Amino acid sequence: MTHQFPGLSPAQKKELADIAQRIVAPGKGILAADESTGTMAKRLQKINVENTEENRRTFREILFSSDPSIANSIGGVIFFHETLYQKSDSGKLFPQVVKEKGMVVGIKVDKGTAGLNGTDGETTTQGLDGLSERCAQYKKDGCDFAKWRCVLKISHGCPSALAIAENANVLARYASICQQNGLVPIVEPEILPDGDHDLQRCQYVTEKVLAAVYKALNDHHVYLEGTLLKPNMVTAGHSCTKKYTPEDVALATVTTLRRTVPAAVPGICFLSGGQSEEEASLNLSAINQVPLHRPWKLTFSYGRALQASALAAWVGKTANKKAAQDAFCSRAKINGLASKGEYKPANTASQAAMQSLYTASYVY
Amino acid sequence: MTHQFPTLSEAQKRELHETALRIVSPGKGILAADESVGSMAKRLAQVGVENTEENRRQFRQILFSADDRINSCIGGVIFFHETLYQHSDNGVAFVKMIRDRGILVGVKVDKGVVPLAGTCGETTTQGLDGLAERCAQYKKDGAVFAKWRCVLKISDSNPSKLAIAENANTLARYSSICQQNGIVPVIEPEILPDGDHDLKRCQYVTEKVLAAVYKAMSDHHVYLEGTLLKPNMVTPGHSCPTKYSPEEVAMASVSAMRRTVPPAVPGICFLSGGQSEEEASIHLNAINNCPLAKPWVLTFSFGRALQASALRAWRGHKENEKTATEQFIKRAEVNSLACLGKYSGGDNHGEAGHRIFGSCHAY
Repeated sequence: MTHQFPGLSPAQKKELADIAQRIVAPGKGILAADESTGTMAKRLQKINVENTEENRRTFREILFSSDPSIANSIGGVIFFHETLYQKSDSGKLFPQVVKEKGMVVGIKVDKGTAGLNGTDGETTTQGLDGLSERCAQYKKDGCDFAKWRCVLKISHGCPSALAIAENANVLARYASICQQNGLVPIVEPEILPDGDHDLQRCQYVTEKVLAAVYKALNDHHVYLEGTLLKPNMVTAGHSCTKKYTPEDVALATVTTLRRTVPAAVPGICFLSGGQSEEEASLNLSAINQVPLHRPWKLTFSYGRALQASALAAWVGKTANKKAAQDAFCSRAKINGLASKGEYKPANTASQAAMQSLYTASYVY
Repeated sequence: MTHQFPTLSEAQKRELHETALRIVSPGKGILAADESVGSMAKRLAQVGVENTEENRRQFRQILFSADDRINSCIGGVIFFHETLYQHSDNGVAFVKMIRDRGILVGVKVDKGVVPLAGTCGETTTQGLDGLAERCAQYKKDGAVFAKWRCVLKISDSNPSKLAIAENANTLARYSSICQQNGIVPVIEPEILPDGDHDLKRCQYVTEKVLAAVYKAMSDHHVYLEGTLLKPNMVTPGHSCPTKYSPEEVAMASVSAMRRTVPPAVPGICFLSGGQSEEEASIHLNAINNCPLAKPWVLTFSFGRALQASALRAWRGHKENEKTATEQFIKRAEVNSLACLGKYSGGDNHGEAGHRIFGSCHAY
């Protein structure tokens, strides 16, 4: 407690810090393509495509074989385990395809949520068993960062003190183990947008949750310069009757982060939650224009908000591959601009883009 | 825990935040003139002056009668309770003298350290009883900020988990109470430089202590934009055989702050601890030239490092008053440059290079 025992060597620290910086290089963010098999089922069902391994491979192929200029907007790609060992049409392993384009490869390492007994439907996240060995293997197989998602929700009695403490602790354990194995941990304490609470309530809860997360990271001796944060933006609950502008969301979000996230953290990559593609981009751009000092990069780690249009354009047909890629590249470019506060929307956005991607109590 | 209950109104928040910003305006820092009667005894003994109320008044007058040159160097002055109600030779209240030149008045509100039983000589700080009423009164009497000092030390077993938690909690309670009464709390978790530990050890301990402090602030719903931090710089222990450059001290200090102090905190005003006047200025200057991104103002809240030369020049003699005041003004100007990163180093080390260190300092 009062003595520092060896954690990471200077060389290990440098490697982690460099990886983190590359992922959030100016104008870049993360493509979260790590949907589990179960989550892909929901995605594909919406466009009437069967959830087979081949179809999952094909869709990721569409994304990863996009024009190399995609790397101007995408610093890193998060993979699901299955996808890490799949190959492109040309027979190349996907991690290699992504790396050759200059993007960093990441891997989702958690094993989903588990119930917290005695709470009102709250959860923690499992996956710590053998995590060290798994991380070492993933590093050999081409990964340089990892992602772990914890989930909290807002309701009358939630999040409880236990849920906050338990999830913060498990995120810190995961982060510590990753760093020991040369992987930059992306720390994701998602507070779901389900509910009718207002913006202020979300801000309050987010501040409490993030304060607990960073205290836990400190307790577990995590090297902050070699981590990234993937939080929710501060937004009103989805059933909240009051409407807020992107500027309201941006100010609440940046204020929250300034009160809780140490400047040593290189980048904050927002999740899109239930937001539509356009909403997620507008909010991110507004965040990057808030007139408060922001010492970390503020960028994206989007799943649905990068892929929805592409999925809708593809609908499982090979002939639509280029259209799907164009849709994806377009969103990537827009979010790249948003991460610099430079996204000014054209007058019309596509139907798919505006469609809300919200589904109740999202679990992926 | 999951619902926010009313704490401060928008107007209250704005007032606190603006006060904090004014104290740490560019080029400005804090004069810590809040030495208790007991601490002043030590100071005055060193220059052969009797520790009377009159002598204490005389010395503070020497500082407060500095001319307008200090207006752009000093954003706030921390008073001891006694001094808050003293007057100049001309019958002008010290508080008025300071306020009239646009410098903000602060007051030390803690009541000193008390031991933590079962620890190895560790302490917490008392003073919470009736603090709300005292703050309200100080606000009426012209104070807009306060200071509370907690003390931790580094040894083989220290600081203990209890000492860290207890002091962090006390600082948070103090802060919360201050803000309710329109007073900006300066939060001081001093880790003493006593010992032979190296720079890395001090950095490690400082990071642990500050992480605990800010978690406690969050738990107590303290409005960070309306606070200031007064930490130690990260330095080796005074008996450490390894010597470190100002750049190493700067890098360690800024790294520690970047890992623990939320960007919402407007300013970090370092204490000088046992450093000499020149050492403190050189370190502050190096800190402001550190190439890492620093989202808060990094300035000074110096006691001895602003007053030592003035004290020595005075030695209790009326005829030395002007010279003494000049010495103070000189250090104020040097530190103003240092907090902008523009101090090119001492030309006349003379007085200022004198090492000021008294072991296990409790003032």
